Amino acid sequence: MVKNNIHIILQTKDLTIGYASKKKETIVASQINIALQKGELIGLVGANGIGKSTLLRTITNVQNPLSGEILLNSKRVSDYHPVELAKQMSLVLTEPVASKNLSVFELIALGRQPYTNWVGNLSDGDITVIEKAISLTNLEDLKYKKCYELSDGQLQKVMIARALAQDTDLIILDEPTTHLDMYHKAYILKLLQKLAKETNKTILFSSHEIDLAIQLCDTMIVMTKDEVVSDQPCNLITKGTFNALFPKDLIAFDDKTGSFKVNK
Amino acid sequence: MKSNYTYPFLILIGFLILCFFVNISLGSVSIPTKQIFKSLIGNIDNESWQYIIQNYRLPKAFTAILVGSGLGISGLLMQTLFRNPLAGPFVLGISSGASLGVALVILGSGFFGGVFASLLVSKWSVVVAASLGSFLVLLAVMMVSSRVRDTMAILIIGLMFGSITAAVVSVLSYFSSAEQLQQYIFWGFGSLGNLSWNELLIFFVIYCLGIILSIASIKGLNTLLLGENYAKSLGLNLKQSRLIIIISTSLLAGTITAFAGPIAFIGLAIPHMTRQIFNTSNHKTLLPAVFLFGAIVMLVCDSIAQVPTSDYTLPINAITSLVGAPVVIWLLVRKRKMIF
Repeated sequence: MVKNNIHIILQTKDLTIGYASKKKETIVASQINIALQKGELIGLVGANGIGKSTLLRTITNVQNPLSGEILLNSKRVSDYHPVELAKQMSLVLTEPVASKNLSVFELIALGRQPYTNWVGNLSDGDITVIEKAISLTNLEDLKYKKCYELSDGQLQKVMIARALAQDTDLIILDEPTTHLDMYHKAYILKLLQKLAKETNKTILFSSHEIDLAIQLCDTMIVMTKDEVVSDQPCNLITKGTFNALFPKDLIAFDDKTGSFKVNK
Repeated sequence: MKSNYTYPFLILIGFLILCFFVNISLGSVSIPTKQIFKSLIGNIDNESWQYIIQNYRLPKAFTAILVGSGLGISGLLMQTLFRNPLAGPFVLGISSGASLGVALVILGSGFFGGVFASLLVSKWSVVVAASLGSFLVLLAVMMVSSRVRDTMAILIIGLMFGSITAAVVSVLSYFSSAEQLQQYIFWGFGSLGNLSWNELLIFFVIYCLGIILSIASIKGLNTLLLGENYAKSLGLNLKQSRLIIIISTSLLAGTITAFAGPIAFIGLAIPHMTRQIFNTSNHKTLLPAVFLFGAIVMLVCDSIAQVPTSDYTLPINAITSLVGAPVVIWLLVRKRKMIF
């Protein structure tokens, strides 16, 4: 793949993330230079507390960067009007939906909010987009079920469908595989891979499923104590980046299988 | 999606009209139904009947509709904003603020003494005091809450202000005469029947403002069903929507408390009863449904409070709880689920 010819959706330039109070700055990570291409599935991995969530929160404009800039479709994220930003970037968060009494269709339809009028009426065009999101995620049978009737895996699919209905170039998911069993973890990530290919959207997710991510992602962003690296998974394995991911006393990365093994 | 609910809406509207006529037909003076219909169209021969219907029963029925629908809607707004099925229109301390204002006027009048006191305790001073009290408490809650990001914190701040005002009221009660206490307690019973057409007009104008704001918040309320962070990611201006919802609630619940006293239970229960019939979370459907349902329940409660064929009028506040609470318990036990 020749990367220069591909359309860049999101780019960070010398980004430093962290928390600033009046007295001092707490730097979580610095010198972050990543570029997310159109139609790619990108996995963000790193140990607990390394700053994955801070990075996602900064990219999604929930918190401000300490320095550097984030460009979404060549425009600074902070320069977007909230509604315009919502048309470019959709989120799937870890928090549960507030009202479980929503039906699957109603919940997915809420993804159209940035496009609807003052009272939120759905146009025929909106319905078409919603139906497409439902069929892409194979949710046809659950369409009229209530959210409290769904399993965790089904609910996660519904949340992904809602992000699809928002019709954005970029979808960001914060740990979409937590609380799921092994099958559904693979299922959700496989679904994301399919969606990135079929809809040509850029999908960025953070996860602890490193072995699954290595098999499915086009690009991976690895956060370690010293640096933030982004590259294709096979290159990262050759470079030995995954070895730097965790302290070495308990587990070690096995290059041949592409997974972590417990030290004996 | 609204078309699914055409029948329930038509039935509710029919019920509302029926309850309205039943409500104005009942009272301590029995007037033949035929004469009541006649009096609504034109004048009837019996002047006292005409007077009773025009100046007593009609304003009371309209008040019941405004109170029931207004409290129901503000309850719905609060339950969605705080994502809490136990929230009602008074969680922000509105009723306790009103109580404080009224307590200061009625119980505190002893401190001013003599002729001045009897001047103070007119009906308008109670209305003004209740409005001022709820407005001031609300202002305090909003000022504090503009500094916190978390919506749950506003809920707790509202409750705390409620406790503070309740404490002040008990201190005032301690130093008051039995007569003043009785007057204060009577205000607390709530009353729909004391409004003249002029007062009703002022009530109606403020009520309409609140309703307009609540209609303007429909989209924001639906977005909030996903939770605040999702709502933000969908481009919702959280602070602005929150403010509009809170202002709408305070206009509705504040005027209702000022004119009719602190009416218990309706604001909490009506949204739940409505959700049992209209199985949706979409506020575009829920808002008009709660409006109709609240008006109907309030008319029914008022009819019961009249104790048909007797001279007694029971405190409306007791009736709303006595009639409504078992209904909610029954609904929840039957459905086994607090859907929200």
